[in-house]
Amino acid sequence: MEFLLNLTIYFPLLGVLAFLFIKNDNAVKWTSLVVTSVTFLISLPLLFNFDVANSAVPQYLTEGSPILTGMDIKYLVGLDGLSLLLFMLTTLFGPIVILSSWNSVNKSLIGYYSMLLILQTASLGVFASLDLVVFYVFFELSLIPMYFLIGIWGGSDKIRATIKFFIYTLVGSLIMLVALIYLGFNAGAATGVYQFSADWRFISSPDYMIGLVEQTWLFLAFALAFCIKVPLFPFHTWLPYAHTEAPTAGSVVLAAIMLKLGTYGLIRVCMTVFPNAFMEFAPLMAILAVIGIIYGALVAMVQKDVKKLVAYSSVSHLGFVVLGIFAFNTIAVQGAIIQMINHGLSTGALFLIVGMIYDRRHTRMISDFGGIAKKMPVFAVMFMIATLASIGLPGLNGFIGEFLILNGSFFSTLYANKAYAVIAALGVILAAVYMLWMYQRVMFGPINNEENEKLIDLNGREIGLLIPLVIFMVWIGIRPVDFTKYSEEWVESFISMSEEKSVAIIQNADTENLPDWTAKFYNLHEGHSETEFALKDE
Amino acid sequence: MDYLHDLHSFLPGIIVAIAGLTVIMLDAFKKSIALSYSVAVFGLGIATLVAIQSLFGDTGTAFSGMIVYGGIGSFGTVIVLLGSLFCVIISKDYLSDFDLHNGEVYAMVLFSVTGMLGLAVSNDLITLFISLETMSICLYVLAGLMKNEKAGAEAALKYFLLGAFSTGFLLYGIALIYGATGQTNLIEIAAVAEPTLLFFAGSALLLVGIFFKIAAVPFHMWTPDVYQGTPTTLTAFMATAAKSATFVAFILVLTRMLPDSEAGDWTNVIQVVAIITMIVGNLIALAQDNVKRMLAYSSIAHAGYLMVGLAAGTAAGYTGVLYYLFAYTLMNVGAFGVIAYYERNHGLDFTQIESYAGLGFKMPVMGVMLSVFLFSLAGIPPLVGFVGKYYVFAAAVQAGLIPLAIIGVLASAASVYYYLRVMVYLYFKEAHKDYTLKQPGFMFKTTLIILAVLTIYYGVEPVLPTSGLIELISSYYSI
Repeated sequence: MEFLLNLTIYFPLLGVLAFLFIKNDNAVKWTSLVVTSVTFLISLPLLFNFDVANSAVPQYLTEGSPILTGMDIKYLVGLDGLSLLLFMLTTLFGPIVILSSWNSVNKSLIGYYSMLLILQTASLGVFASLDLVVFYVFFELSLIPMYFLIGIWGGSDKIRATIKFFIYTLVGSLIMLVALIYLGFNAGAATGVYQFSADWRFISSPDYMIGLVEQTWLFLAFALAFCIKVPLFPFHTWLPYAHTEAPTAGSVVLAAIMLKLGTYGLIRVCMTVFPNAFMEFAPLMAILAVIGIIYGALVAMVQKDVKKLVAYSSVSHLGFVVLGIFAFNTIAVQGAIIQMINHGLSTGALFLIVGMIYDRRHTRMISDFGGIAKKMPVFAVMFMIATLASIGLPGLNGFIGEFLILNGSFFSTLYANKAYAVIAALGVILAAVYMLWMYQRVMFGPINNEENEKLIDLNGREIGLLIPLVIFMVWIGIRPVDFTKYSEEWVESFISMSEEKSVAIIQNADTENLPDWTAKFYNLHEGHSETEFALKDE
Repeated sequence: MDYLHDLHSFLPGIIVAIAGLTVIMLDAFKKSIALSYSVAVFGLGIATLVAIQSLFGDTGTAFSGMIVYGGIGSFGTVIVLLGSLFCVIISKDYLSDFDLHNGEVYAMVLFSVTGMLGLAVSNDLITLFISLETMSICLYVLAGLMKNEKAGAEAALKYFLLGAFSTGFLLYGIALIYGATGQTNLIEIAAVAEPTLLFFAGSALLLVGIFFKIAAVPFHMWTPDVYQGTPTTLTAFMATAAKSATFVAFILVLTRMLPDSEAGDWTNVIQVVAIITMIVGNLIALAQDNVKRMLAYSSIAHAGYLMVGLAAGTAAGYTGVLYYLFAYTLMNVGAFGVIAYYERNHGLDFTQIESYAGLGFKMPVMGVMLSVFLFSLAGIPPLVGFVGKYYVFAAAVQAGLIPLAIIGVLASAASVYYYLRVMVYLYFKEAHKDYTLKQPGFMFKTTLIILAVLTIYYGVEPVLPTSGLIELISSYYSI
């Protein structure tokens, strides 16, 4: 099993190596399809053999030796309840993404498919790595293929879009790098054995209690990197550009997988390692998340370009995920995790659908369409399901995530204010407005544009690649427990652990020597800090 | 015998010197460029093998304490030799395309390598000075190789005048230090150094000389013009081998002559110079349209990152610097090599970035390799440049220099823009016209492929079970 996990991560790279010997265009496509399909198939046993009851403990671990005496940086991969579903989502999207570009990409195919395969390995690596340095390496590696995907195969304004995307994300992650190095030395000192430790299992455990001052700065640095990646309002400006200019496959991977690296990081690192800062900053993050939800929805409503509309809807949807994460109770965090999957499925499907219609008409302007449902009935059905899933209609996946998140946020002790959930709920209504309005203008009404008369319905390939997504949308909508069970134990144990850890850190805090702002920020008042915090925690 | 032992400890330098003399003789009596080239490659190759062997040997001093051997010195020797070897191999095709292919070029390269090897093992200010001069004088000649072009003449003259000036500072510094301590041996100076004004002034002037050679701001003015006017493969030689040798000498001076004490704490100065070097180098590089000038400013910026490690002043810092020098040699020779390849195609001015439009698809191997080298220079994982930067910045964080590390990463984030810009032209812009690139020669291409593979290999090496390079380097630090 350990071997199978590593094989899944690196198998796509074999495809890249195979391209050295393949020159024929068709062979390149088929090789990529076979490689990604095999990657998906060999990842399935990882799901079936997963020990659900122990999902808080990383499984299928491969542990290398430290790179240097005293420096505990090592190759460490494994899956736990948090990463398993995202890992599976990534392998599922592998063949779908390849199939989606089958006929729409004709320029330097070897380069194109190599980039998609490298991206696959990088994303799988991020979700599987449990050493923070290795995590960082994969996190950054994922930038390079996306940079080229947008820059070479993108739309008219691709250069600006791709540079904006690259520099924006890189600034965040470089600051994270400094924070990571500091955290490593700090954690290393706590082990008593090493100088440096980047082993997440240790860093997140109650054995490592980070000081309040360090925690604040490190939290901010990590959260900045992840929030840019998510992207959380006001760091979202790169996203609509990148999405609009990227080729279909690029948008799909970006939406379905890469944005999740940010929210995943928020849970994986910020929640477990910096619990006090996480709790104190929660209201601020919730405000940004709620602004993102409403703002994203309002901007989506006025878009003339379908793809841009879907891109802004991502800003709105990921606001929900962030709101759920910082609500910091089992229901909301569970909702956030399942919502990450949901957003991947429904937004991924929407981008695929936009790509399909773009391949036929070479336009994405809403006003160029109208009445298409008559000409493309199958397309209309698929589009409808994806639209409704994205809105959050009960019975489809989006509802489950949003319901859990709003429910959890409503009762969140950290937010201690029901306004967040109430305002966020408006986002669901707005989603219905912009999505349905768009659907209506594109699909219904009379056919005004002659070109739309000639549209041909979806072919077998296109239906085939949407079907699995639709199946999962319905499945999660009807029986969410089949999916939420994987992360349940993880969420429960890490939330209670982080809570206990935050109390312990406050108790151990050297209140005398802390700077004033820390004492104020963490509500430490001389003498009675412990009781007060304990009360607050109840 | 002692005498043989001394010779043995400087064997790589002696081999290179003999090869250089042989080339000169061959050139005088038997005008065969192919033979001169072969002797140069052979000499450097043998010297590299000898040096690699000495990496694992014992350490000590030789020639009555004039030089060190083993340890840092050996590692520096290996980096210099590897860099020179790669540069010489790619120079052959390049220089013959520009009618600059003479036996003397190789003689000059070999003599300057001899100087660099002396510099990388110097344990005495006299050794340091003589080696530095041997290296520099040959480099002045190489800078002026394109003597019929304005840029070439400018490069040589500028380099020579400013170089001579900085050597004056260096020598004056040595004189003052000698005046203050009565010693020229690094270890003995450290033993008797007092925090007197004389000693401070001497050390400061010595550092100015070194800062000039490593192109640290504000002593960097010569770099862009010299790098631009020199034939590209030899620019690579200057930017990597010469810089690595000087940095190793810098480490030797810092660790042996100026150990932590009241008399020798230059950490703050190095920190300030590092910050302005990183900022100025990267900011000016952003505005360059000439690729060689851009790489010149980028190499200034890299000197800044290297000084971050020196500013840390810890074993981890020096380890990081040595690793970075190795990384820097691989990726910089590679990047200059690919640019040299493009320049060999006549018709367009391939030092200008506009000429690169659409080239990535015309000769995919070269385009991909240039991307690898530039991403590595930008410090994107999993390439060797990232590993180097990681060690250097980690050392700074560990030493408590967090603002320095943050400025460093922000500067390197800015640098990504100009590295990416080359790739924007390579891949994202439409090609000018139906322009065909010539095939690179076999050895030329193979050398660059080896460099690219090493750049990737050492980028993932730290997590491989076979990892050992950083272990090796860090084992040198029991100074």
